[in-house]
Amino acid sequence: MSQLTLLIIFDGVLLVTLLALAFAAVLSPEPRRAVMLFIAFGLWLSLVWARLRAPDVALAEAAIGAGLGGALMLAAARRAARTSTRSDGGGDEA
Amino acid sequence: MSMSQSESRAAERNRDLSLLVAVSLAVLGAALTWLYFIALSAGAAPRLADLAYERLPGTGVSNPVTAVLLNYRAYDTLMELAVLLAALLGIWSLGPAAPGFQRSGAVLAGMVSWVVPLLIVTGGYLLWVGGYAPGGAFQAGALLGAAGVIVRLAGDPRAGLPGEGAQRWLLVLGVLVFTLVGLGLMAFGAGFLTYPPKFAKWLILLIEMAATVAIGVALAAAYVGGRPPGPEAQPTAEDEDALTAAETPTPDPTPALRPQP
Repeated sequence: MSQLTLLIIFDGVLLVTLLALAFAAVLSPEPRRAVMLFIAFGLWLSLVWARLRAPDVALAEAAIGAGLGGALMLAAARRAARTSTRSDGGGDEA
Repeated sequence: MSMSQSESRAAERNRDLSLLVAVSLAVLGAALTWLYFIALSAGAAPRLADLAYERLPGTGVSNPVTAVLLNYRAYDTLMELAVLLAALLGIWSLGPAAPGFQRSGAVLAGMVSWVVPLLIVTGGYLLWVGGYAPGGAFQAGALLGAAGVIVRLAGDPRAGLPGEGAQRWLLVLGVLVFTLVGLGLMAFGAGFLTYPPKFAKWLILLIEMAATVAIGVALAAAYVGGRPPGPEAQPTAEDEDALTAAETPTPDPTPALRPQP
C-alpha cells in the first residue's frame, strides 16, 4: 500500500473518531462522563490540528482546550452534581 | 391524578423542544455545508498568508504565528488578555473559594515537587521558542496554569499563588505591560503598538513575558474557583472538595487535616 493511501486511511479514522467523540460528549446524559469525553475530544482534535500542519493550534488545543478547560469543567460538573443531590434530598421541590 | 397529567404534559413539551432544537441544528448544519461548498467552488482567493510572509523580516520574530498574534494584530491579543481578566473577575465575584483538597501523601507530594518545576521550565522554554517555532505566551501560560492546578490538587488551597493583593497585580500585569508599551510607542511618535523593527523583538518578548505570567495566574486562579482563601484556610467537613477527596481512601500522614464527620 502506498504512503498516500495509508495517510488517507489515517485521516478517515481520525475524522470518524473525532465525530464519534463529539456526538458521545454532546449526547451523554451524565455531566462527568460528558466532560471526560470532551477532554478526549480535545486531545483528538489537537491530533487533527497537528495533521493539518498547525502545530501552534495543536499545542493550544491540547493545553487549554483539553487540559485546563477539562479541569475547570470537571470541577464545575462535580459542583453541579453535589448541588443537584442536595436539592433532591432536601424535599420534594421540583 | 392531576400531578401525572401535568408531568406528562411537561414531558411532551420537553420532547417538542428537543425536536425543535434537532431540526434547527440540522438546518444550520445543512446551511454551513452549503456555504462551505460555495466557498470551495469559488476557488482560491488571494490569501493573507503571502502578505504575512512577505512582511515577516520586519516583525522581530521569525515564527509567522507569533508575528500575527503580537505584531500584525497585537490589538486583538491585548483584547484577549482583557477578556481573560474579565472572566476571572466574574469567577471572583462568585464569592470566596472552597478551602481545597486535603494535603497530599508523601508519594503525591514527591511527584508534585518534580512535576511543577518541570512545568515551569517547559513554560519558559515555550515562551522563548515562540519567537521562531511553535510556542508562545498562551501555551506557556497554560503550562503555568496547569502547574497551579496540580499544586491545588495536592492540597494547597491557593494553588501556589501569592496573597490576593499580589495576585491582583500579577493578573493585570499582561494588560498593563501591553498597554504601557503601546502608549509608550505613541509617545515616541509611532502608532499604538506599531513596533519599530529595531526593537520589535525585545518589545514582543517583554509583552509575552508579562502575558505568560498573567495567563498562568489567571488560569490557576480560575481553577481555585473564587476569591483566594486566606493562608489559614484548611479543609473542613463543609467543604465539597475535601468531602470528595475523603471518599477516595488516600494515605494521609497528617490525621489532623482529615475532615471531621
